Amino acid sequence: MAKHATPLLDQLESGPWPSWVSDIKQEAETRAKNVKGIDYQIPVDVCDDLLGLMELTYVEKRTHWKHGGIVGVFGYGGGVIGRYCDQPQQFPGIAHFHTVRVSQPSGKYYTSAYLKQLCDLWELRGSGLTNMHGSTGDIVFIGTTTPQLEEIFFELTHNLNQDLGGSGSNLRTPSDCIGTSRCEYACYDTQSLCHALTLDYQDELHRPAFPYKFKFKFDGCPNCCVASIARSDMSFIGTWRDDIRIDQKAVQAYIGGELKPNAGAHAGRDWGKFDIVKEVLSLCPTQCMKMDGGKLVIDDRECTRCMHCINVMPRALRIGQDTGVSILVGAKAPILDGAQMGSLLVPFVKVEEPYDEIKEVIENVWDWWMEEGKNRERLGELIKRQGFQKLLEVTNIEAMPQHVQEPRSNPYIFWREDEVPGGFERDITEFRKHHQR
Amino acid sequence: MAFISSGYNPDKPMENRITDIGPRHFEEFYPPVIKANKGKWLYHEILEPGVLVHVSESGAEVYTVRVGGARLLSCTHIREICEIADKHCDGYVRFTTRNNIEFMVDNKNKVAALKADLESRKFAGGSFKFPVGGTGAGITNIVHTQGWIHCHTPATDASGPVKATMDVLFDEFKNMRMPAHLRVSLACCLNMCGAVHCSDIAILGFHRKPPMLDHEYLDKMCEIPLAIAACPTAAIRPSKVDTANGQVNSVAVKSERCMFCGNCYTMCPAMPLADDEGDGIVLMVGGKVSNRISRPKFSKVVVAFIPNEPPRWPTTTSTIKKIVDVYASNANKYERLGEWAERIGWERFFEKCELPFTHHLIDDFRDPAYYTWRHTSQFKF
Repeated sequence: MAKHATPLLDQLESGPWPSWVSDIKQEAETRAKNVKGIDYQIPVDVCDDLLGLMELTYVEKRTHWKHGGIVGVFGYGGGVIGRYCDQPQQFPGIAHFHTVRVSQPSGKYYTSAYLKQLCDLWELRGSGLTNMHGSTGDIVFIGTTTPQLEEIFFELTHNLNQDLGGSGSNLRTPSDCIGTSRCEYACYDTQSLCHALTLDYQDELHRPAFPYKFKFKFDGCPNCCVASIARSDMSFIGTWRDDIRIDQKAVQAYIGGELKPNAGAHAGRDWGKFDIVKEVLSLCPTQCMKMDGGKLVIDDRECTRCMHCINVMPRALRIGQDTGVSILVGAKAPILDGAQMGSLLVPFVKVEEPYDEIKEVIENVWDWWMEEGKNRERLGELIKRQGFQKLLEVTNIEAMPQHVQEPRSNPYIFWREDEVPGGFERDITEFRKHHQR
Repeated sequence: MAFISSGYNPDKPMENRITDIGPRHFEEFYPPVIKANKGKWLYHEILEPGVLVHVSESGAEVYTVRVGGARLLSCTHIREICEIADKHCDGYVRFTTRNNIEFMVDNKNKVAALKADLESRKFAGGSFKFPVGGTGAGITNIVHTQGWIHCHTPATDASGPVKATMDVLFDEFKNMRMPAHLRVSLACCLNMCGAVHCSDIAILGFHRKPPMLDHEYLDKMCEIPLAIAACPTAAIRPSKVDTANGQVNSVAVKSERCMFCGNCYTMCPAMPLADDEGDGIVLMVGGKVSNRISRPKFSKVVVAFIPNEPPRWPTTTSTIKKIVDVYASNANKYERLGEWAERIGWERFFEKCELPFTHHLIDDFRDPAYYTWRHTSQFKF
């Protein structure tokens, strides 16, 4: 018999999509039965009380969680988010219900042995509920009490060789796409770069010293499967600067219908016979492709690497071999000054260990932002406030047409004094000798 | 319950302390076929919805079966994932950015049994535990935030509307018959812990009432200057308020300037916004993050407000279904929802989707607003 009646939540158990209500109920049952004889370190009925609280929320339509308090582990300023219920008398099992962010492995590959270790720890010391994964990418443990925080951290670091993730005004846990590990489109090894920078910047990740949050995300190609261009202060997007590799025989196989376009992604509907002109050449944003005597010809110099042709004909077209990343900066969600997309700062840089060129850009940007950024000002907002030119200045990058969608349409140029011959200091008396008042 | 020590000594917190070690190294977790063929993949193919093969230049193949999952997972459920991984995949498994779970095998002969096993498992309430799908030109899992289950600022729930929406869109998760892939995301408030602002369809929780002021506690719970500085529209000013216990320092809010972002509440717990009638859902459409064909785009607000309707949010899900159906039957092959709307014109989008256009949908927030008004005589009747 459930501790709390949940008639509204119960309606979310039907339907085909995996029901989180059913899942929390099964966790509540597992804890109540306790077949393994675990000496639970937080209330046994934590999941029951969470369901009870959610039912109340579904009736009242207002959240029952209070602001986070200042909780954490010694020496770290992030990784733990305090959470308290505003009806602790009614739901004592979740009076404290803190979140622990655990830094996920790059690429989000796991062994079952490791996942079971995480479960062993979290069943003993927490609610047994997780997010796999949080929006930023962390493994998220949802719901534990203050006395358990140091114990969890000790066990993670000593027994699981595993650290916490980021929260607050620091470097948030970086995340990446599947990259070269299982994708032929990847222009660089996203896992290696993500992991290396995560380790190099552990101090920035654990000890908040920034004006606000800062996110790195690593996309292996311009398809942007981890959405770096929309949601990371610094977005690393794989690209190449030589030619798309063409297999003319495979092009013919697509035209002939032996190969399915877009790797079979459209197989659920009859879209008619594949038409390379309509489906590839005319949709190319730069119109840099043509069929010439039965052969596909690409004017690679005009190509902007949008990935469409490669996505449609992956067996015939492959990314180039001189690969690297474009670095875009300043993306963020709308809070506060409106949403911003990443802006191109470094068109191309090779991704080669120990990644010194990339780190130089990162550190120059951070130095500027930490000096000039206001409290809770994201990098993108600082760039808007002080200008893109300032960003170029602090990163020692020359302005180039690739930096803009179009040149400015107002002529209000803030000329610097050293750019104007003779400077700004002039003699009004001398001027008046030639120009009467 | 007896307290079980991990070995941590609270009197000597630095004793044997290990810090700054970061995540586990990813290579520990690569299945052998991935480790051996990293960087050598030649091409991939979606064999059927939810099943992919990647072929290496070495001739090796890896078959992936993708299943949807609620991102809120219990340890009991994770242990079941482990059991499946142990049984079919030599103990390896991975998660995707969109909260899907991928089981990989190195031989085609292993796929059918794995798939059948996954599809056979159901929760006690009847829903699938591991529905196979979410590939190609279909609708994959919804990325989302915490909502009412664990957050202090949400204007709607996250897990509930996601479950309700995915139930309605389930056939499209299992199929690949959309013009292009269609990404749905949910953020339970304007903070947008996910990238919902660039999704084909974004479900966004939104408050509509200015903060209440807990005058008696405000100065005790908050730094008043921080609360004032937090307001992007300068709607908050300091004030002195007479209470039963005498005059206190507090703030005043100019309601007509409030855009209900909740940033003040983030800085000051004595300024709560949540309201059963005020809060609800905004629908935004036409965003994308891919650079394919057209530039990445922000999603645009097409429904200014839908009330919260727990447990199944029927108005939200039926509006989404309508938009998806109209897009699916009108767009060209490869055309994303935003590209289609731009091609036919937004006036036509509202007409076809039978959505009312109201003044709320015209941008009036700062400079970028001007660039969204129509500066041409070209429009459609």
